[in-house]
Amino acid sequence: MTPDTSDPVVANAAVAAATRSDETQLSAGEAAFEQCSGCHEVGQGAEHRIGPHLNGLFGRIAASHEDFRYSEAFQRAGRGGLEWHADTLDAFLADPRSMTSGTRMSFPGITDKTEREHLIAYLRLFSDNPADIPEADPTKQATDHDLDPAILALVGDPEYGEYLSGECTTCHQVSGGDTGIPSIVLWPDEDFVIAMHAYKQKTRNHPVMQMVAGRLGDEEIAALAAYFGQLEEE
Amino acid sequence: MKLNRRAFISTTAAVAGSLAAPMVMAQGRPRVVVVGGGAGGATAARYIAKDSKGEVDVTLIEPTRTYYTCFFSNLYLGGFKEIDDIGHTYGGLAANGVNVVHDWAVGVDRDAKTVALAGGGSVAYDKLILSPGIDFVEGAVEGWDMSAQNAMPHAYKAGSQSELLRAQLQAMPEGGTFAMVAPPNPYRCPPGPYERVSMVAHWLKLNNPTAKILVADPKPKFSKMALFQEGWNNHYAGMVDWVGEDFGGGEVSVDPAAMTVTIDGEVTNVDVCNVIPAMKAGRIADLAGVTDGNWAPVNAADMSTKADPDIYVLGDASQQGDMPKSGFSANSQAKVCANAVRGALTGSKVFPAKFSNTCWSLIETNDGVKVGATYEATDEKIAKVDGFISQTGESADIRKATYEESEGWYTGITTDMFG
Repeated sequence: MTPDTSDPVVANAAVAAATRSDETQLSAGEAAFEQCSGCHEVGQGAEHRIGPHLNGLFGRIAASHEDFRYSEAFQRAGRGGLEWHADTLDAFLADPRSMTSGTRMSFPGITDKTEREHLIAYLRLFSDNPADIPEADPTKQATDHDLDPAILALVGDPEYGEYLSGECTTCHQVSGGDTGIPSIVLWPDEDFVIAMHAYKQKTRNHPVMQMVAGRLGDEEIAALAAYFGQLEEE
Repeated sequence: MKLNRRAFISTTAAVAGSLAAPMVMAQGRPRVVVVGGGAGGATAARYIAKDSKGEVDVTLIEPTRTYYTCFFSNLYLGGFKEIDDIGHTYGGLAANGVNVVHDWAVGVDRDAKTVALAGGGSVAYDKLILSPGIDFVEGAVEGWDMSAQNAMPHAYKAGSQSELLRAQLQAMPEGGTFAMVAPPNPYRCPPGPYERVSMVAHWLKLNNPTAKILVADPKPKFSKMALFQEGWNNHYAGMVDWVGEDFGGGEVSVDPAAMTVTIDGEVTNVDVCNVIPAMKAGRIADLAGVTDGNWAPVNAADMSTKADPDIYVLGDASQQGDMPKSGFSANSQAKVCANAVRGALTGSKVFPAKFSNTCWSLIETNDGVKVGATYEATDEKIAKVDGFISQTGESADIRKATYEESEGWYTGITTDMFG
């Protein structure tokens, strides 16, 4: 059903076939991945961000990266034997919440089947044989910013963050629930800080968040990142 | 105020003489008593108990076992929610270590630092937090008093009043008239009456499309006015007749027996009349002697009252400055207050006050709007820093996202309040 991805010959052939047969599909898949790249990296040097990196995804059991803190929903799915292949990815991407209710992935899904196919074909590239991943393009970095490194280097005080978090938890749930309002728990500090500064600079678009972030200082944003980053799921 | 306190002392003396009053007291730990289990009180009780990790003894006094949120009660009226969807119980607070006492607080002895309970006995406090919400000003609407609340419901404290108003709305004759008497400023939930008009219109449009809505308003303008009026024109053309101050909306009287509303001398027969009178702080704030006029003036930095540094007033009952009276505001103030009270009692770190508020309103299915602001504490008051409001003519996608956001907020704030 699925090619043996541990066999480089099969894997290379798959990549070659994919490249030959449908480069359009892959570039459409790459475009579709823009929706994911806010939280996920894939390709050379990809790391876990708000979501886990997506290299080597095919054939992997869900929630199996030991160095990523998954939602309870995904851990349950993994224990239940969910394995990522074209068919399971297709079902998941069509409606993430119906497959893993309680996921922190704030994404409504992709309704267009062709778009899902393109995206899955694109992700497939980084699973067949990571060694073949090109040096530069098409690696996707989750975060694109011009924030002062000194701001990113600030180490926040989680106790202050806990106090400040009261302003967030009126809307955002500490449990990580994300119906209507996105989850903000367990993000890497850096992503949290970048997102909040983007709201503050009004380059990220949401009136409530622009207002809330607008009056937070650098230290306060770092404190919030430190607090929400270390929360355990309830 | 003195009279009230004396009256209370004589009451407790009588109680003490008749039976051994149970004292709800913990040994050694500092004691916080919170009166009122809504957005202000439940949040304050939960945060102090949770953050002090047992160092502070927290008692919440709330008469009802199931609390119905005023926010989203208009959505219940419109048929978007059922009553159970807006009901919450106190098990989560008890699990957080809060002693929940279901009783009425009927007096405060500021010298002895005790709160008297209607069921007898009293509770001692080191710090007292009052979050009693609102009561109505007597004689505010000519012809209406609390004895008329079944004929002409206010439905401005959620629960049985909301159920009554919904039943009356649904029993309206075809082509009948739903009247509302809107309140003067300041009052709980500034967009609330107009969201209610929208929700009533939504229900009527589906079930009784020739019915009319008549609003008598003592104000010349109201919260999110342009947004509501745009929505009423778009969704409910010709249904809503809003009579503002300029057209005699403040010159209003009602006759609950005859079911008439008289606006600026013109008598109208109505089928339902929702009277939302002028408001004041919940009665316990008055009994505690911390009000000045209708509301309880507080210090912006920690919500302590101007009258007594050991008594704090949160939410609608407080007079704090620029924040609107809303559940979101009360929740925000509660967290500032909880941090300050815990600091005062245990020496924990007290951080500077920060407040915020957002009010979402639903105009029609998937047509949500919002208004919000951030605030800071100054020596004088809670002062507005920055704000925003939804724009007229926004796309349907934005309005739908705004509505979905309000659903998310409801889950968020009720979790924040009740655990």
